[in-house]
Amino acid sequence: MKLPAFDYACPETLDEATALLAEAGGDAKVIAGGQSLLPFMAFRLAAPSLLVDLRKIAGLDGIEVADGEIRLGAMVRWRDILDSAALARALPLLPAAIGHVAHYQIRNRGTLGGSLAHADPASEFPCIAVLCGASVDVVGAGGHRTIPADELIAGPMETTLEDDEIIVAVRFPRWPEGRRWAFDEFALRHGDLAIAAVAAAYDMDGPHIAHARVAVMGATDTPQRVPPAEDALNGRAPDDDTFGAAAAAASAAIEPTEDLHAGAAYRRALVGTLLRRALAESCAREREAAE
Amino acid sequence: MEITLTVNGRAQALELDPRTTLLDALRDHLQLTGTKKGCDHGQCGACTILLNGRRINACLTLAAMHEADEIATIEGLAPPDDPGALQAAFLHHDGFQCGYCTPGQIVSATGMLEEARAGWPSHVSPNLEAEVALDRSEVAERMSGNLCRCAAYTGIVEAILETAEQERDVEPREAAE
Ligand SMILES: Cc1cc2nc3c(=O)[nH]c(=O)nc-3n(C[C@H](O)[C@H](O)[C@H](O)COP(=O)(O)OP(=O)(O)OC[C@H]3O[C@@H](n4cnc5c(N)ncnc54)[C@H](O)[C@@H]3O)c2cc1C
Ligand code: FES
Ligand code: FES
Repeated sequence: MKLPAFDYACPETLDEATALLAEAGGDAKVIAGGQSLLPFMAFRLAAPSLLVDLRKIAGLDGIEVADGEIRLGAMVRWRDILDSAALARALPLLPAAIGHVAHYQIRNRGTLGGSLAHADPASEFPCIAVLCGASVDVVGAGGHRTIPADELIAGPMETTLEDDEIIVAVRFPRWPEGRRWAFDEFALRHGDLAIAAVAAAYDMDGPHIAHARVAVMGATDTPQRVPPAEDALNGRAPDDDTFGAAAAAASAAIEPTEDLHAGAAYRRALVGTLLRRALAESCAREREAAE
Repeated sequence: MEITLTVNGRAQALELDPRTTLLDALRDHLQLTGTKKGCDHGQCGACTILLNGRRINACLTLAAMHEADEIATIEGLAPPDDPGALQAAFLHHDGFQCGYCTPGQIVSATGMLEEARAGWPSHVSPNLEAEVALDRSEVAERMSGNLCRCAAYTGIVEAILETAEQERDVEPREAAE
Protein backbone atom coordinates (compact mmCIF):
# COMPACT_ATOMS: atom_id res chain seq x y z
CA MET A 1 0.00 0.00 0.00
CA LYS A 2 1.43 3.25 -1.12
CA LEU A 3 -0.87 5.83 0.46
CA PRO A 4 -0.31 7.29 3.94
CA ALA A 5 -2.77 5.91 6.52
CA PHE A 6 -6.18 7.55 6.88
CA ASP A 7 -9.71 6.88 8.02
CA TYR A 8 -12.55 6.96 5.54
CA ALA A 9 -16.00 8.48 6.05
CA CYS A 10 -18.92 8.63 3.65
CA PRO A 11 -21.55 10.97 5.15
CA GLU A 12 -24.99 11.41 3.59
CA THR A 13 -25.51 15.11 4.32
CA LEU A 14 -23.51 18.31 4.02
CA ASP A 15 -24.06 18.99 7.74
CA GLU A 16 -22.40 15.71 8.68
CA ALA A 17 -19.59 16.29 6.19
CA THR A 18 -18.77 19.82 7.36
CA ALA A 19 -18.98 18.69 11.01
CA LEU A 20 -16.44 15.93 10.31
CA LEU A 21 -14.13 18.45 8.60
CA ALA A 22 -14.49 20.98 11.43
CA GLU A 23 -13.81 18.33 14.06
CA ALA A 24 -10.59 17.25 12.32
CA GLY A 25 -9.41 20.87 12.31
CA GLY A 26 -7.53 20.92 9.02
CA ASP A 27 -6.38 17.32 9.20
CA ALA A 28 -9.20 15.97 7.02
CA LYS A 29 -9.77 16.30 3.30
CA VAL A 30 -12.75 15.91 1.06
CA ILE A 31 -12.47 13.34 -1.75
CA ALA A 32 -14.53 13.76 -4.92
CA GLY A 33 -13.10 12.05 -8.02
CA GLY A 34 -9.75 11.35 -6.35
CA GLN A 35 -7.90 12.00 -9.62
CA SER A 36 -5.70 14.71 -8.10
CA LEU A 37 -5.85 13.92 -4.40
CA LEU A 38 -4.75 10.27 -4.62
CA PRO A 39 -1.62 11.00 -6.69
CA PHE A 40 -0.89 13.90 -4.30
CA MET A 41 -1.15 11.54 -1.34
CA ALA A 42 0.97 8.90 -3.09
CA PHE A 43 3.70 11.53 -3.48
CA ARG A 44 3.20 12.59 0.17
CA LEU A 45 2.23 16.10 -0.91
CA ALA A 46 -0.84 15.55 1.27
CA ALA A 47 -1.33 13.18 4.21
CA PRO A 48 -4.81 13.76 5.63
CA SER A 49 -5.83 11.61 8.60
CA LEU A 50 -9.44 11.42 7.38
CA LEU A 51 -10.99 11.35 3.90
CA VAL A 52 -14.59 12.54 3.62
CA ASP A 53 -16.18 11.08 0.49
CA LEU A 54 -18.84 13.31 -1.09
CA ARG A 55 -20.47 10.60 -3.23
CA LYS A 56 -23.58 10.00 -1.11
CA ILE A 57 -24.48 13.66 -0.57
CA ALA A 58 -27.55 14.57 -2.62
CA GLY A 59 -27.75 17.73 -4.72
CA LEU A 60 -24.08 18.06 -5.69
CA ASP A 61 -24.50 16.89 -9.27
CA GLY A 62 -26.64 18.27 -12.03
CA ILE A 63 -26.29 20.84 -14.80
CA GLU A 64 -29.06 23.44 -14.82
CA VAL A 65 -29.24 25.89 -17.69
CA ALA A 66 -31.79 28.50 -16.51
CA ASP A 67 -32.69 31.91 -17.95
CA GLY A 68 -30.45 33.98 -15.73
CA GLU A 69 -27.59 31.61 -14.99
CA ILE A 70 -26.05 28.21 -15.43
CA ARG A 71 -25.60 26.14 -12.27
CA LEU A 72 -23.14 23.28 -12.18
CA GLY A 73 -23.01 21.02 -9.11
CA ALA A 74 -19.56 20.46 -7.59
CA MET A 75 -19.67 16.72 -8.39
CA VAL A 76 -20.34 17.30 -12.10
CA ARG A 77 -17.67 15.28 -13.91
CA TRP A 78 -15.78 16.28 -17.06
CA ARG A 79 -17.71 13.59 -18.91
CA ASP A 80 -21.02 15.23 -17.93
CA ILE A 81 -19.89 18.63 -19.23
CA LEU A 82 -18.83 17.13 -22.56
CA ASP A 83 -22.10 15.19 -22.77
CA SER A 84 -24.43 18.14 -22.20
CA ALA A 85 -26.07 19.49 -25.38
CA ALA A 86 -27.68 22.33 -23.38
CA LEU A 87 -24.27 23.46 -22.13
CA ALA A 88 -22.75 23.24 -25.61
CA ARG A 89 -25.40 25.73 -26.79
CA ALA A 90 -25.43 28.06 -23.77
CA LEU A 91 -21.70 28.22 -22.94
CA PRO A 92 -19.76 26.62 -25.83
CA LEU A 93 -16.44 27.90 -24.46
CA LEU A 94 -16.71 25.54 -21.48
CA PRO A 95 -16.89 22.18 -23.31
CA ALA A 96 -14.29 23.46 -25.79
CA ALA A 97 -11.86 24.03 -22.90
CA ILE A 98 -12.80 20.85 -21.01
CA GLY A 99 -11.98 18.88 -24.18
CA HIS A 100 -8.35 19.57 -23.21
CA VAL A 101 -8.64 18.05 -19.72
CA ALA A 102 -6.69 14.83 -19.27
CA HIS A 103 -7.51 11.56 -21.00
CA TYR A 104 -10.81 9.74 -21.17
CA GLN A 105 -10.60 7.47 -18.10
CA ILE A 106 -9.81 10.50 -15.94
CA ARG A 107 -12.63 12.53 -17.48
CA ASN A 108 -15.08 9.86 -16.34
CA ARG A 109 -14.09 10.52 -12.70
CA GLY A 110 -12.67 14.03 -12.26
CA THR A 111 -15.08 16.69 -10.93
CA LEU A 112 -15.17 20.45 -11.34
CA GLY A 113 -15.38 21.01 -7.57
CA GLY A 114 -12.17 19.02 -7.17
CA SER A 115 -10.51 20.98 -9.94
CA LEU A 116 -11.37 24.35 -8.33
CA ALA A 117 -10.27 23.22 -4.88
CA HIS A 118 -7.05 21.71 -6.24
CA ALA A 119 -6.30 25.02 -8.02
CA ASP A 120 -3.63 23.65 -10.33
CA PRO A 121 -2.53 26.68 -12.41
CA ALA A 122 -2.54 24.44 -15.49
CA SER A 123 -6.16 23.31 -15.19
CA GLU A 124 -8.83 24.52 -17.56
CA PHE A 125 -11.97 24.77 -15.43
CA PRO A 126 -10.71 27.41 -12.95
CA CYS A 127 -9.54 29.54 -15.89
CA ILE A 128 -12.95 29.48 -17.57
CA ALA A 129 -14.62 30.23 -14.22
CA VAL A 130 -12.33 33.26 -13.74
CA LEU A 131 -12.82 34.46 -17.31
CA CYS A 132 -16.62 34.23 -17.09
CA GLY A 133 -16.90 35.80 -13.64
CA ALA A 134 -18.44 32.65 -12.14
CA SER A 135 -19.55 32.48 -8.49
CA VAL A 136 -18.64 29.57 -6.26
CA ASP A 137 -21.14 28.47 -3.59
CA VAL A 138 -19.51 26.91 -0.54
CA VAL A 139 -20.88 25.46 2.69
CA GLY A 140 -18.99 25.24 5.98
CA ALA A 141 -19.86 24.23 9.53
CA GLY A 142 -20.84 27.85 10.20
CA GLY A 143 -23.09 28.38 7.17
CA HIS A 144 -22.71 29.17 3.50
CA ARG A 145 -21.15 31.91 1.39
CA THR A 146 -20.50 32.75 -2.23
CA ILE A 147 -16.98 33.48 -3.48
CA PRO A 148 -16.14 34.99 -6.89
CA ALA A 149 -13.97 32.44 -8.73
CA ASP A 150 -10.97 34.79 -8.94
CA GLU A 151 -11.07 35.32 -5.15
CA LEU A 152 -11.30 31.58 -4.51
CA ILE A 153 -7.99 30.92 -6.26
CA ALA A 154 -5.25 32.30 -4.00
CA GLY A 155 -2.13 30.86 -5.62
CA PRO A 156 -0.76 27.70 -7.20
CA MET A 157 -2.59 24.80 -5.45
CA GLU A 158 -3.98 27.31 -2.97
CA THR A 159 -7.50 28.56 -2.31
CA THR A 160 -9.26 30.81 0.19
CA LEU A 161 -11.48 27.89 1.35
CA GLU A 162 -11.59 27.29 5.10
CA ASP A 163 -10.72 23.80 6.37
CA ASP A 164 -14.37 22.91 6.91
CA GLU A 165 -15.73 24.36 3.67
CA ILE A 166 -17.07 22.30 0.78
CA ILE A 167 -17.75 23.64 -2.70
CA VAL A 168 -21.35 22.77 -3.59
CA ALA A 169 -21.89 24.53 -6.92
CA VAL A 170 -20.52 26.98 -9.46
CA ARG A 171 -22.80 29.51 -11.15
CA PHE A 172 -22.04 31.13 -14.51
CA PRO A 173 -23.96 34.20 -15.77
CA ARG A 174 -25.81 33.47 -19.03
CA TRP A 175 -24.21 34.85 -22.18
CA PRO A 176 -25.96 37.33 -24.44
CA GLU A 177 -26.88 36.11 -27.92
CA GLY A 178 -23.96 36.23 -30.33
CA ARG A 179 -21.10 36.41 -27.83
CA ARG A 180 -17.90 35.20 -29.48
CA TRP A 181 -15.32 33.06 -27.73
CA ALA A 182 -11.81 31.74 -28.14
CA PHE A 183 -9.72 29.01 -26.54
CA ASP A 184 -6.37 27.53 -27.43
CA GLU A 185 -3.85 25.49 -25.52
CA PHE A 186 -0.39 24.07 -25.92
CA ALA A 187 0.54 20.85 -24.10
CA LEU A 188 3.17 18.22 -24.86
CA ARG A 189 0.41 15.80 -25.85
CA HIS A 190 -3.24 16.73 -26.18
CA GLY A 191 -4.79 15.97 -22.76
CA ASP A 192 -1.59 16.59 -20.80
CA LEU A 193 -1.41 19.56 -18.46
CA ALA A 194 -1.12 22.88 -20.31
CA ILE A 195 2.22 24.61 -20.76
CA ALA A 196 0.12 27.65 -21.66
CA ALA A 197 -3.47 28.30 -22.67
CA VAL A 198 -5.64 31.31 -23.37
CA ALA A 199 -9.38 31.94 -23.26
CA ALA A 200 -11.35 34.95 -24.44
CA ALA A 201 -14.92 36.15 -24.92
CA TYR A 202 -16.34 39.34 -26.42
CA ASP A 203 -19.49 40.88 -27.88
CA MET A 204 -19.88 42.86 -31.09
CA ASP A 205 -21.22 46.42 -30.80
CA GLY A 206 -21.84 47.14 -34.48
CA PRO A 207 -18.45 46.73 -36.16
CA HIS A 208 -16.54 46.98 -32.87
CA ILE A 209 -15.53 44.66 -30.08
CA ALA A 210 -17.12 45.27 -26.68
CA HIS A 211 -16.99 43.64 -23.22
CA ALA A 212 -13.78 41.79 -24.06
CA ARG A 213 -12.40 39.36 -21.53
CA VAL A 214 -9.07 37.61 -21.89
CA ALA A 215 -7.56 35.07 -19.48
CA VAL A 216 -4.32 33.12 -19.36
CA MET A 217 -3.56 29.82 -17.60
CA GLY A 218 -0.66 27.40 -17.41
CA ALA A 219 1.82 30.18 -18.08
CA THR A 220 1.18 32.09 -14.84
CA ASP A 221 0.97 30.97 -11.21
CA THR A 222 -2.82 31.37 -11.20
CA PRO A 223 -5.45 31.56 -13.95
CA GLN A 224 -5.97 35.29 -14.43
CA ARG A 225 -7.55 37.93 -16.59
CA VAL A 226 -5.22 40.17 -18.59
CA PRO A 227 -6.72 43.71 -18.63
CA PRO A 228 -4.19 45.24 -21.10
CA ALA A 229 -5.18 42.64 -23.71
CA GLU A 230 -8.86 43.39 -23.06
CA ASP A 231 -8.21 47.13 -23.53
CA ALA A 232 -6.47 46.38 -26.83
CA LEU A 233 -9.65 44.67 -28.08
CA ASN A 234 -12.45 46.92 -26.83
CA GLY A 235 -13.70 49.49 -29.34
CA ARG A 236 -11.65 48.03 -32.21
CA ALA A 237 -12.61 46.03 -35.28
CA PRO A 238 -12.03 42.26 -34.98
CA ASP A 239 -9.16 42.04 -37.46
CA ASP A 240 -5.58 40.81 -37.59
CA ASP A 241 -4.14 44.15 -36.42
CA THR A 242 -6.36 44.25 -33.36
CA PHE A 243 -5.68 40.62 -32.52
CA GLY A 244 -1.93 41.15 -32.97
CA ALA A 245 -2.04 44.14 -30.62
CA ALA A 246 -4.00 42.15 -28.01
CA ALA A 247 -1.54 39.27 -28.30
CA ALA A 248 1.44 41.62 -27.82
CA ALA A 249 -0.28 43.25 -24.83
CA ALA A 250 -0.93 39.86 -23.21
CA SER A 251 2.66 38.72 -23.75
CA ALA A 252 4.00 41.91 -22.20
CA ALA A 253 1.59 41.98 -19.25
CA ILE A 254 2.00 38.49 -17.77
CA GLU A 255 4.59 37.25 -15.32
CA PRO A 256 5.34 33.82 -16.79
CA THR A 257 6.30 30.85 -14.63
CA GLU A 258 9.28 28.67 -15.33
CA ASP A 259 9.61 24.89 -14.92
CA LEU A 260 11.27 21.92 -16.55
CA HIS A 261 8.83 22.01 -19.47
CA ALA A 262 9.38 25.63 -20.51
CA GLY A 263 11.20 28.83 -19.61
CA ALA A 264 9.59 32.21 -19.00
CA ALA A 265 10.52 33.72 -22.37
CA TYR A 266 9.07 30.74 -24.20
CA ARG A 267 5.82 30.90 -22.26
CA ARG A 268 5.57 34.65 -22.88
CA ALA A 269 5.88 34.12 -26.63
CA LEU A 270 3.53 31.14 -26.55
CA VAL A 271 0.75 33.16 -24.88
CA GLY A 272 0.92 35.75 -27.67
CA THR A 273 0.85 33.14 -30.42
CA LEU A 274 -2.03 31.22 -28.81
CA LEU A 275 -4.10 34.36 -28.25
CA ARG A 276 -3.65 35.63 -31.81
CA ARG A 277 -4.60 32.21 -33.18
CA ALA A 278 -7.57 31.74 -30.87
CA LEU A 279 -9.00 35.20 -31.62
CA ALA A 280 -8.65 34.64 -35.37
CA GLU A 281 -10.52 31.37 -34.95
CA SER A 282 -13.33 33.12 -33.06
CA CYS A 283 -13.99 35.11 -36.25
CA ALA A 284 -13.59 32.14 -38.57
CA ARG A 285 -16.19 30.29 -36.49
CA GLU A 286 -18.62 33.22 -36.94
CA ARG A 287 -18.08 33.19 -40.70
CA GLU A 288 -18.67 29.43 -40.86
CA ALA A 289 -21.86 29.74 -38.82
CA ALA A 290 -23.12 32.51 -41.11
CA GLU A 291 -22.60 30.40 -44.23
CA MET B 1 -13.10 -1.96 7.21
CA GLU B 2 -15.55 -4.34 5.55
CA ILE B 3 -16.28 -3.58 1.92
CA THR B 4 -18.52 -5.45 -0.50
CA LEU B 5 -17.46 -5.14 -4.12
CA THR B 6 -19.50 -6.34 -7.08
CA VAL B 7 -17.03 -7.47 -9.71
CA ASN B 8 -18.04 -9.16 -12.96
CA GLY B 9 -21.52 -9.68 -11.57
CA ARG B 10 -20.43 -11.29 -8.29
CA ALA B 11 -20.70 -9.54 -4.91
CA GLN B 12 -17.84 -10.34 -2.53
CA ALA B 13 -17.23 -9.12 1.01
CA LEU B 14 -13.63 -8.12 1.77
CA GLU B 15 -11.81 -6.90 4.88
CA LEU B 16 -9.64 -4.04 3.59
CA ASP B 17 -7.51 -1.19 4.88
CA PRO B 18 -9.17 2.11 3.73
CA ARG B 19 -5.97 2.86 1.81
CA THR B 20 -6.53 -0.05 -0.58
CA THR B 21 -6.98 1.21 -4.11
CA LEU B 22 -9.53 -0.54 -6.28
CA LEU B 23 -6.62 -1.87 -8.34
CA ASP B 24 -4.95 -3.50 -5.31
CA ALA B 25 -8.31 -4.90 -4.17
CA LEU B 26 -8.81 -6.56 -7.55
CA ARG B 27 -5.29 -7.91 -7.89
CA ASP B 28 -4.24 -8.76 -4.33
CA HIS B 29 -7.57 -9.58 -2.66
CA LEU B 30 -9.72 -10.97 -5.47
CA GLN B 31 -6.82 -12.49 -7.44
CA LEU B 32 -8.10 -10.84 -10.61
CA THR B 33 -4.63 -10.14 -11.97
CA GLY B 34 -5.74 -9.40 -15.52
CA THR B 35 -5.96 -5.72 -14.59
CA LYS B 36 -2.35 -4.50 -14.64
CA LYS B 37 -0.42 -1.97 -12.58
CA GLY B 38 1.84 0.14 -14.76
CA CYS B 39 2.43 3.59 -13.30
CA ASP B 40 -0.03 3.52 -10.37
CA HIS B 41 -0.92 7.20 -10.86
CA GLY B 42 -3.18 7.62 -13.83
CA GLN B 43 -0.65 8.01 -16.62
CA CYS B 44 -0.71 4.70 -18.50
CA GLY B 45 -4.20 3.14 -18.51
CA ALA B 46 -2.93 -0.44 -17.84
CA CYS B 47 -5.39 -0.61 -14.91
CA THR B 48 -8.48 0.41 -16.91
CA ILE B 49 -11.73 -1.20 -15.70
CA LEU B 50 -15.39 -0.45 -16.34
CA LEU B 51 -17.28 1.25 -13.52
CA ASN B 52 -21.02 1.06 -14.23
CA GLY B 53 -20.02 0.71 -17.88
CA ARG B 54 -17.62 3.67 -17.96
CA ARG B 55 -13.88 3.23 -18.26
CA ILE B 56 -11.78 4.51 -15.35
CA ASN B 57 -8.29 3.92 -13.95
CA ALA B 58 -8.53 1.49 -11.01
CA CYS B 59 -5.27 2.83 -9.52
CA LEU B 60 -6.81 6.29 -8.99
CA THR B 61 -9.72 5.28 -6.82
CA LEU B 62 -10.26 3.62 -3.45
CA ALA B 63 -12.04 0.28 -3.10
CA ALA B 64 -14.07 1.87 -0.29
CA MET B 65 -15.62 4.32 -2.76
CA HIS B 66 -17.30 1.61 -4.86
CA GLU B 67 -19.63 -0.42 -2.65
CA ALA B 68 -22.64 0.57 -4.70
CA ASP B 69 -21.08 0.10 -8.14
CA GLU B 70 -20.87 -2.56 -10.85
CA ILE B 71 -17.24 -3.24 -11.69
CA ALA B 72 -16.15 -5.13 -14.81
CA THR B 73 -12.59 -6.30 -15.46
CA ILE B 74 -10.95 -7.98 -18.44
CA GLU B 75 -11.84 -11.36 -16.87
CA GLY B 76 -15.52 -10.41 -17.03
CA LEU B 77 -15.61 -9.47 -20.71
CA ALA B 78 -15.35 -13.00 -22.17
CA PRO B 79 -13.80 -16.33 -21.13
CA PRO B 80 -10.33 -17.15 -22.57
CA ASP B 81 -11.65 -20.07 -24.67
CA ASP B 82 -14.36 -17.91 -26.22
CA PRO B 83 -12.91 -14.44 -26.83
CA GLY B 84 -15.18 -11.50 -27.62
CA ALA B 85 -14.99 -9.58 -30.90
CA LEU B 86 -12.40 -7.07 -29.64
CA GLN B 87 -10.21 -9.77 -28.12
CA ALA B 88 -10.34 -11.79 -31.35
CA ALA B 89 -9.50 -8.67 -33.36
CA PHE B 90 -6.47 -7.93 -31.12
CA LEU B 91 -5.22 -11.48 -31.84
CA HIS B 92 -5.92 -11.19 -35.54
CA HIS B 93 -4.15 -7.82 -35.91
CA ASP B 94 -1.25 -8.45 -33.51
CA GLY B 95 -2.51 -5.65 -31.26
CA PHE B 96 0.28 -6.33 -28.76
CA GLN B 97 3.85 -7.47 -28.24
CA CYS B 98 4.61 -8.16 -24.57
CA GLY B 99 0.91 -7.97 -23.72
CA TYR B 100 1.26 -5.97 -20.52
CA CYS B 101 -0.92 -3.08 -21.64
CA THR B 102 -3.37 -5.34 -23.51
CA PRO B 103 -6.07 -5.92 -20.86
CA GLY B 104 -6.20 -2.16 -20.25
CA GLN B 105 -6.35 -1.49 -23.99
CA ILE B 106 -9.19 -3.95 -24.51
CA VAL B 107 -11.25 -2.78 -21.54
CA SER B 108 -10.64 0.86 -22.51
CA ALA B 109 -11.64 0.13 -26.12
CA THR B 110 -14.82 -1.55 -24.83
CA GLY B 111 -15.72 1.63 -22.93
CA MET B 112 -14.65 3.79 -25.85
CA LEU B 113 -16.88 1.97 -28.37
CA GLU B 114 -19.78 2.47 -25.97
CA GLU B 115 -18.98 6.20 -25.72
CA ALA B 116 -18.90 6.47 -29.51
CA ARG B 117 -22.20 4.59 -29.77
CA ALA B 118 -23.72 7.05 -27.29
CA GLY B 119 -22.62 9.86 -29.61
CA TRP B 120 -19.98 11.38 -27.34
CA PRO B 121 -17.82 13.63 -29.56
CA SER B 122 -14.05 13.78 -29.14
CA HIS B 123 -11.58 16.61 -29.56
CA VAL B 124 -11.02 15.61 -33.22
CA SER B 125 -14.69 15.13 -34.17
CA PRO B 126 -15.46 17.63 -36.97
CA ASN B 127 -19.15 17.95 -36.04
CA LEU B 128 -20.29 17.81 -32.44
CA GLU B 129 -23.93 17.05 -33.26
CA ALA B 130 -23.43 14.33 -35.92
CA GLU B 131 -23.14 10.60 -35.30
CA VAL B 132 -19.58 9.57 -34.43
CA ALA B 133 -17.65 8.09 -37.36
CA LEU B 134 -14.62 6.28 -35.96
CA ASP B 135 -11.49 6.54 -38.05
CA ARG B 136 -7.79 6.29 -37.29
CA SER B 137 -7.47 9.75 -35.74
CA GLU B 138 -10.67 9.36 -33.69
CA VAL B 139 -9.43 6.04 -32.29
CA ALA B 140 -5.97 7.44 -31.53
CA GLU B 141 -7.48 10.44 -29.72
CA ARG B 142 -10.04 8.40 -27.79
CA MET B 143 -7.43 5.83 -26.73
CA SER B 144 -4.93 8.51 -25.63
CA GLY B 145 -5.19 7.40 -22.00
CA ASN B 146 -3.66 3.98 -22.80
CA LEU B 147 0.06 3.81 -23.42
CA CYS B 148 1.82 0.86 -25.05
CA ARG B 149 5.49 0.62 -24.13
CA CYS B 150 6.02 -1.80 -27.06
CA ALA B 151 4.33 0.69 -29.42
CA ALA B 152 1.93 -1.86 -30.89
CA TYR B 153 -0.35 1.06 -31.72
CA THR B 154 -0.78 0.20 -35.40
CA GLY B 155 -2.28 -3.20 -34.57
CA ILE B 156 -4.29 -1.81 -31.67
CA VAL B 157 -5.95 0.82 -33.87
CA GLU B 158 -6.62 -1.75 -36.64
CA ALA B 159 -8.22 -4.14 -34.17
CA ILE B 160 -10.50 -1.47 -32.73
CA LEU B 161 -11.49 -0.15 -36.16
CA GLU B 162 -12.32 -3.67 -37.36
CA THR B 163 -14.51 -4.28 -34.32
CA ALA B 164 -16.28 -0.95 -34.81
CA GLU B 165 -16.90 -1.81 -38.47
CA GLN B 166 -18.27 -5.25 -37.60
CA GLU B 167 -20.70 -3.60 -35.22
CA ARG B 168 -21.83 -1.18 -37.88
CA ASP B 169 -22.40 -4.03 -40.33
CA VAL B 170 -24.39 -6.07 -37.84
CA GLU B 171 -26.50 -3.37 -36.26
CA PRO B 172 -28.52 -2.12 -39.26
CA ARG B 173 -29.50 -5.70 -40.15
CA GLU B 174 -30.59 -6.38 -36.59
CA ALA B 175 -32.62 -3.19 -36.61
CA ALA B 176 -34.30 -4.19 -39.88
CA GLU B 177 -35.43 -7.57 -38.56
C1 LIG C 1 -2.82 11.87 -15.65
C2 LIG C 1 -3.67 13.04 -15.26
C3 LIG C 1 -3.79 14.12 -16.13
C4 LIG C 1 -4.58 15.23 -15.80
N1 LIG C 1 -4.67 16.26 -16.69
C5 LIG C 1 -5.45 17.33 -16.38
C6 LIG C 1 -5.60 18.43 -17.29
O1 LIG C 1 -5.05 18.43 -18.39
N2 LIG C 1 -6.36 19.48 -16.89
C7 LIG C 1 -7.01 19.50 -15.68
O2 LIG C 1 -7.72 20.45 -15.39
N3 LIG C 1 -6.90 18.48 -14.82
C8 LIG C 1 -6.13 17.40 -15.13
N4 LIG C 1 -6.04 16.38 -14.24
C9 LIG C 1 -6.72 16.51 -12.93
C10 LIG C 1 -8.16 16.05 -12.99
O3 LIG C 1 -8.92 16.86 -13.84
C11 LIG C 1 -8.79 16.03 -11.59
O4 LIG C 1 -9.90 15.24 -11.72
C12 LIG C 1 -9.25 17.34 -10.99
O5 LIG C 1 -8.26 18.30 -10.98
C13 LIG C 1 -9.66 17.13 -9.55
O6 LIG C 1 -10.91 16.61 -9.47
P1 LIG C 1 -11.26 15.37 -8.54
O7 LIG C 1 -12.74 15.31 -8.49
O8 LIG C 1 -10.57 14.18 -9.02
O9 LIG C 1 -10.73 15.87 -7.12
P2 LIG C 1 -10.03 15.08 -5.94
O10 LIG C 1 -8.78 14.47 -6.39
O11 LIG C 1 -11.02 14.21 -5.26
O12 LIG C 1 -9.72 16.32 -4.99
C14 LIG C 1 -8.77 17.31 -5.33
C15 LIG C 1 -8.70 18.34 -4.22
O13 LIG C 1 -9.92 19.06 -4.14
C16 LIG C 1 -10.54 18.90 -2.87
N5 LIG C 1 -11.98 18.82 -3.16
C17 LIG C 1 -12.59 17.97 -4.03
N6 LIG C 1 -13.90 18.26 -4.13
C18 LIG C 1 -14.12 19.32 -3.31
C19 LIG C 1 -15.29 20.08 -2.98
N7 LIG C 1 -16.48 19.84 -3.54
N8 LIG C 1 -15.16 21.10 -2.09
C20 LIG C 1 -13.95 21.36 -1.53
N9 LIG C 1 -12.82 20.68 -1.81
C21 LIG C 1 -12.90 19.67 -2.69
C22 LIG C 1 -9.92 17.67 -2.27
O14 LIG C 1 -9.93 17.74 -0.87
C23 LIG C 1 -8.51 17.74 -2.83
O15 LIG C 1 -7.73 18.63 -2.09
C24 LIG C 1 -5.26 15.25 -14.55
C25 LIG C 1 -5.16 14.16 -13.67
C26 LIG C 1 -4.37 13.07 -14.01
C27 LIG C 1 -4.27 11.92 -13.06
S1 FES D 1 -1.54 1.87 -13.40
FE1 FES D 1 -3.36 3.03 -13.41
S2 FES D 1 -3.01 4.40 -15.01
FE2 FES D 1 -1.10 3.40 -14.87
S1 FES E 1 2.19 -4.75 -25.76
FE1 FES E 1 3.85 -4.32 -24.49
S2 FES E 1 3.19 -2.52 -23.52
FE2 FES E 1 1.72 -2.76 -25.05
